[in-house]
Amino acid sequence: MVLVKRLVLDVLKPHQPNVLEFSQALARAGGDYRVCTTVLEVDEKTETLQVVVEGDAIDFNSVESRIRDMGGSLHSIDEVDVQSEAPAV
Amino acid sequence: MKLLDQTRFLLRITRTHDIMRRYFVVNGFDGALTMLGLILGFLVSGTSDLSVIINVCLGAAIALGVSGVSSAYVSETAERKRALAKLEDAMITDLGDSAHGEAARGVPLLIALVNGFAPLAMSLLILIPLIAANAGLMLPLPALHAAVAVTLLLIFLLGVFLGNIAGISWLRSGIRTLLIAILTAALIYLFAGF
Repeated sequence: MVLVKRLVLDVLKPHQPNVLEFSQALARAGGDYRVCTTVLEVDEKTETLQVVVEGDAIDFNSVESRIRDMGGSLHSIDEVDVQSEAPAV
Repeated sequence: MKLLDQTRFLLRITRTHDIMRRYFVVNGFDGALTMLGLILGFLVSGTSDLSVIINVCLGAAIALGVSGVSSAYVSETAERKRALAKLEDAMITDLGDSAHGEAARGVPLLIALVNGFAPLAMSLLILIPLIAANAGLMLPLPALHAAVAVTLLLIFLLGVFLGNIAGISWLRSGIRTLLIAILTAALIYLFAGF
């Protein structure tokens, strides 16, 4: 089993919901997720974000689904930190 | 609670709080002034049959409510669809399944209900003295005068509400809307009663 510990995502989203609400919604996708969001660019109707999600076992599909629910669009996965779990003896 | 939070969220992302508030005030004012006009018309013409007066006012109240719901629904649906299409163009993606899509479908209905509820609620409150008098309850004023007093009170309260929104003196704002009602009454007395 390989666990995802950290993801760095490039996301495009509308101005609303704002970055705080957006990040809170992403953090709620898991029980122990830590989300750090940086606004990279602001356009007339959209903004580009770098979203860093950290957790013990990140469910990527759940994070992606939250991004879509908030009206965002995942452009790329820029960094990944994964770790294999030692098999139970 | 979850439904309430979700509703607040959808209103926030579409920034329609103020639109809904505006619809409430505008149509509430409409309802109150329409009732004032009807009741003063009955006063001027000397009609005293309360059941006729109640039915006429109730008919107008229902019509105002239905008109409020339908007109706001049609116009807001168009506005929300347009806003969603613009956002989809900017995002280059379909937002139908997102919170924005949900808002484009749900917010017009909510605004329509507020737009219809405001005049209907105002009218029904104004009708309370008439209904009470018709049911045999003793009022301190004649029924039509009591209804006019309720109307003026509601219009004053709408002004107070507007004053709070604008952050100006509630008393001044209340008196201003009350003056509009008094001007309306003066116009009715001037042109009606022939």
